Amino acid sequence: MQVASHNGKPFNFSPEALTEVQGLMVKYPEGRHKSALIRALHIAQEENGGWLSIAALDHVAETLRITPIEVYEVATFYTMFNLEPVGKYVLEFCHTGPCAIEGAERLLDYVRQKLGIETGQTTPDGMFTLKEVECLGACGYAPMMQVGIYYHEHLTEEKIDRFLEDCRAGNIDKGSWKMH
Amino acid sequence: MSRKLLLEHAHIDGINGYETYRKHGGYRAVEKALKSMAPADVLEEVKKSGLRGRGGAGFPTGMKWSFLAKPEGVPRYLLCNADESEPGTFKDRYLMEKIPHLLVEGMILSAYALGANTSYIYIRGEYSWIVFILEKAISEAYAKGWLGKNILGSGFDCDLYVNPGAGAYICGEETALIESLEGKRGNPRIKPPFPAVKGLWQCPTVVNNVETLAAVVPIVNEGGEAYARIGVGRSTGTKLISAGGNINKPGVYEVELGLSMEEFIFSDEWCGGIKNGKRLKACVPGGSSVPILPHYLVTKTAAGEDRLLSYESLADGGFESGSMLGSGGFIVYDEDQCVVRNTWNFTRFYHHESCGQCSPCREGTGWMEKVLERLENGKGKLSDMDLLVEVAKKIEGNTICPLGDAAAWPVASAIRHFREEFEWHVREPEACMQRNYGLVKEKAELA
Amino acid sequence: MPKVKIDGFEVEVPEGTTILNAARQIGGDIVPPAMCYYSSLKGSGGKCRTCLVKVTKGSANDARPLPKLVASCQTQVLDGMEVANISSDEVLNARRGVVEFLLINHPLDCPICDQAGECHLQDLSFEHGLADTRYEFERRTFEKIDIGPYIKLHMTRCILCYRCVYTAQQLTPERVHGVIGRGDHAEISTFIEKAIDNDFSGNVIDVCPVGALTDRTFRFKSRVWFLKPMDAHRNCEKCSGKAVAWMYGNEIFRVTGRKDQYGEVHDFICNTCRFEKKALEDWTIEGPRDIDRHSVISQNHYENKTVTVK
Ligand SMILES: Cc1cc2nc3c(=O)[nH]c(=O)nc-3n(C[C@H](O)[C@H](O)[C@H](O)COP(=O)(O)O)c2cc1C
Ligand code: SF4
Ligand code: SF4
Ligand code: FES
Ligand code: FES
Repeated sequence: MQVASHNGKPFNFSPEALTEVQGLMVKYPEGRHKSALIRALHIAQEENGGWLSIAALDHVAETLRITPIEVYEVATFYTMFNLEPVGKYVLEFCHTGPCAIEGAERLLDYVRQKLGIETGQTTPDGMFTLKEVECLGACGYAPMMQVGIYYHEHLTEEKIDRFLEDCRAGNIDKGSWKMH
Repeated sequence: MSRKLLLEHAHIDGINGYETYRKHGGYRAVEKALKSMAPADVLEEVKKSGLRGRGGAGFPTGMKWSFLAKPEGVPRYLLCNADESEPGTFKDRYLMEKIPHLLVEGMILSAYALGANTSYIYIRGEYSWIVFILEKAISEAYAKGWLGKNILGSGFDCDLYVNPGAGAYICGEETALIESLEGKRGNPRIKPPFPAVKGLWQCPTVVNNVETLAAVVPIVNEGGEAYARIGVGRSTGTKLISAGGNINKPGVYEVELGLSMEEFIFSDEWCGGIKNGKRLKACVPGGSSVPILPHYLVTKTAAGEDRLLSYESLADGGFESGSMLGSGGFIVYDEDQCVVRNTWNFTRFYHHESCGQCSPCREGTGWMEKVLERLENGKGKLSDMDLLVEVAKKIEGNTICPLGDAAAWPVASAIRHFREEFEWHVREPEACMQRNYGLVKEKAELA
Repeated sequence: MPKVKIDGFEVEVPEGTTILNAARQIGGDIVPPAMCYYSSLKGSGGKCRTCLVKVTKGSANDARPLPKLVASCQTQVLDGMEVANISSDEVLNARRGVVEFLLINHPLDCPICDQAGECHLQDLSFEHGLADTRYEFERRTFEKIDIGPYIKLHMTRCILCYRCVYTAQQLTPERVHGVIGRGDHAEISTFIEKAIDNDFSGNVIDVCPVGALTDRTFRFKSRVWFLKPMDAHRNCEKCSGKAVAWMYGNEIFRVTGRKDQYGEVHDFICNTCRFEKKALEDWTIEGPRDIDRHSVISQNHYENKTVTVK
């Protein structure tokens, strides 16, 4: 995969985020601040509208004083990082065994049909992206999905309907990776 | 009623906060250890307790700790493995969400025993909200003097931080965890050297599961011997089991090791039996990586003895007719579930989660997934089962880390116990798909 | 110094020597094949699993065999250790498995590959592989890309040995390429459109065991075995200037480092020598290079090699 060197708008951490990332860097012994990378990427992704552009990745590299390739290697390894633009709400739907035997696949079909998109796509209004993910550690409360930092469990068709409406009405809290 | 050592207070309102936790005996173990025990005494109690790692492998914790190298002037690290990504497993999450101070307390004790002044909790990135629950508990512990410099005047310094991942099952493997914590890709390291000698930043490191570290609290409070009296044989103490699948009461349970499988699955105190009055078809007792057990091997071993929730009993019969306690991710299947579909699903998981470093796992997992996919979709061949077993065999034991084995076992065991169901998929593809009505889109193509 | 026995041959080696390097001291066909290990690259090895061997006796102190096959490039010998490589069916079987895994997604486009004739994967599959593959699915493919004016990346052929990454890490001031993505979608890449451009970047071509990284300045559009490898040197301020000039008549078509019998270069050369000095007068030609390697070039195997493309 090769992407254009500039995809997306210029990116800079907000002042609070920058302070927070600098705070993360000192949790590790001197010279080991690269360890803050993953959490810094979570914060950058949140501040960049849910995905990591090259500008965001390069800014993180610069902030942590590491090379861009070190950041690219990491950002492409972990599935929580989106490398393309996403909708306002990213529905990360679990499709692994325990959820599947409790009806996750059927419910996924329902979500796809309801939103009119396939997995990996974003609705034309830019509201929803559907992602299928592996077991999120909620198998006893299946089917389930993650949106933002929170889980939504024991899902049913009715709950999905209500959830989508609540999103459209702006009543769903995605939470934040920044300090609480 | 089984004894509870970890979750005894988990149901109490406000137990996730410091005051309530403290009121119910919290941090008593740290007080006891730091005031009246040397680090070696704590290690000794853990050895006596017979505690075995709760992350999956079941390695004796006391022995693991005694392997930690202690070169002069080199820092040592304690890492908590809260990556919990093995399908079927959600027990560490429960513990951290409900009673985060128990983990913090267990880590202070363990760090003290190991002489580690800095510790990190590596938690899977998806548990994002728990990051903040833990950080709140940690800051309370700092504020009350349980963390920081010279705790209780003992001269022991202890710092504790939380470090999230970002979606990678492989980061639960301890050397991948270390790499990830160093801010890199989660590629497992080649061993030796083992983390006990060269771990985080090339310093001696111990990695333990959340539940293992939490169990050190009751061990210090009540003594290793008292802990060892609970359980059966070499399976001492209690174990958190996260039960899911087609049962009436899914959830996280703390059981005394040695509880019978029959009772665990069918009694109302635990899983409450199979949902919708259906029959039990199979069970994966220790997370997706362990061999699947067909119904006739779930409650009895091949030798006809009662199967118990213990390391030994679940493994009884080896790979022929046994399984493993693993991480305690307990998945129950009713009569309507399709073993082929489930095996395909798990194999897709391992394919997706392979780090890609070593060729057998990188290439073999994808190959198995494709063969299983075609079997499930009615396009398989009778020779596919032998092919799968062979590919699994060529992965197993030949890889850098155990993810390769974890991918091979579910396939090999499913075919061993359910070969007829696999063959049925080749002979009667349409009937198989009807069973999974609504799930298979290519149905029309078959005709 | 520890003594180790490999397939019955004993050798005494310095403490810390790996089984693979001990076997190389013995030489011959008991040397395990190594697709990812590269002596001069720190951190290399352990990944491809072609060098797996069986330790049948752990050491003089602890005679127990090791439970699993081990990567010989990573495992240090102990005194009294006994190792089975080609004398173990278990090893040969496992190796056949590894070769099959390496080939299932390989394009098997040897007839049009620049590396044909000097490809380690080709040699390996010739010696250890199966004649046929049981893989019946579409192979993974990637677009070919030019990373800068000198190097072409044909990712579809890559076996993810990581050698080129370690090379860049070790020889160049700032690594700009690496491994992107994970699992069987992992790929060697710069991620953003960017040239790999610094004085020593060309060495990634020499370390690549397959035809994934090739020389864009290689002017000969035919097969290496028509060219004569000649040892050549020149005065160079950046590198040792010791190279191999691949010639046809009096023309130099390609310049590479000098590889030993295991395909390893010991003197890495600079990009000026490799890419820019292609005139006869640039070089002092020493004489024909002895290609001493289990190679289809030296053994004339290529003609009767069968590659089944499904
Ligand atoms: C692929 C893979 C994934 C693993 N995931 C976890 C995990 O999520 N949590 C965990 O505690 N151990 C996990 N383990 C086991 C760890 O490598 C390690 O054995 C464990 O953390 C040691 O702690 P314990 O002795 O307390 O069990 C995993 C192992 C492998 C090979
Ligand atoms: S076995 Fe799989 S996950 Fe483990 S190192 Fe090899 S490729 Fe990576
Ligand atoms: S491009 Fe060549 S050297 Fe680099 S990882 Fe792939 S096979 Fe190895
Ligand atoms: S399988 Fe969906 S949360 Fe575990
Ligand atoms: S050469 Fe040893 S594993 Fe590749």
